[in-house]
Amino acid sequence: MRLEILDRGHSLGTKALLGMIRLVSRQPVVDAVKLAFYRKEFYGAGDLTHEAMRGPSEWSIGDRELMAAVVSQANESPFCIAAHSATSGLWYGDRAKVAAALADLDTAPIEEPLRATLRLLGKLTREHTIDADDIRTVLSAGASRAQIEDALAVCLAFDITARLANAFDFAIATPTAMDSGARHLLKRGYR
Amino acid sequence: MTDISQLHRALVARVLDSDGKAPPVMRRAAFDNAGLSEPMRTLIEKVAYRASAVTDEDVAAVRSAGLSEDQIFEIVVCAAIGQADRQYKTALHALARVADEGQR
Repeated sequence: MRLEILDRGHSLGTKALLGMIRLVSRQPVVDAVKLAFYRKEFYGAGDLTHEAMRGPSEWSIGDRELMAAVVSQANESPFCIAAHSATSGLWYGDRAKVAAALADLDTAPIEEPLRATLRLLGKLTREHTIDADDIRTVLSAGASRAQIEDALAVCLAFDITARLANAFDFAIATPTAMDSGARHLLKRGYR
Repeated sequence: MTDISQLHRALVARVLDSDGKAPPVMRRAAFDNAGLSEPMRTLIEKVAYRASAVTDEDVAAVRSAGLSEDQIFEIVVCAAIGQADRQYKTALHALARVADEGQR
């Protein structure tokens, strides 16, 4: 973590809470949680991320976690790729499917609307823009307007989070800690 | 479908307008990635366009220019939200254009 305040600058109440998390999970607190709990009244994007990832949607939770992983990959954020591919794989009960999507979207065993949507989010993240033709391609693949809008909300959340993970240099936790985090995200979400 | 519109507006308003440690004008400049002087300019430009390229030195340089850790935290958060917000709006605009065509 590049800023010491994110490691050790939390209020006393929050420090106690982080201590509880450490105790219950029996794992070190991952950097994403330290950021989420730092001056929540200023940044505190948990509610937005929760709505995008867990609110009512035609996309499954596993699909949206996969979108988060793909957006993180386009942002070159190792922490976020690891966290959300673990969560998506756990939801699907199929880690190989997630690994395949991250390795090669063209050949991954996923439905066409999802494939086209993941391509769109990757392009938006890498090139910082998309145009009407890109949208038409996704609609032609069978995704609805509502699905595209929901996917763009996931993209917004992770275009923010992955940038912060990189700028603040989040450390990748052990696979056990990442899996524990993934289970927590499926149980409780992002709030 | 999910509805983030209110939460999105509230987040942007909070980081730009709430009481913070960095002056509002600096937070706005970071959000817009425009009008900053060095060394803040380099750090914020990287956060916006290639956050994976941010280095310890980029952050140290901003610290040496007199910014506190909380001020650095705030401008980096503003930069990340600002660029993500521009991308999101561009995409929503493209989506609305295509949807309008379909209704004609």
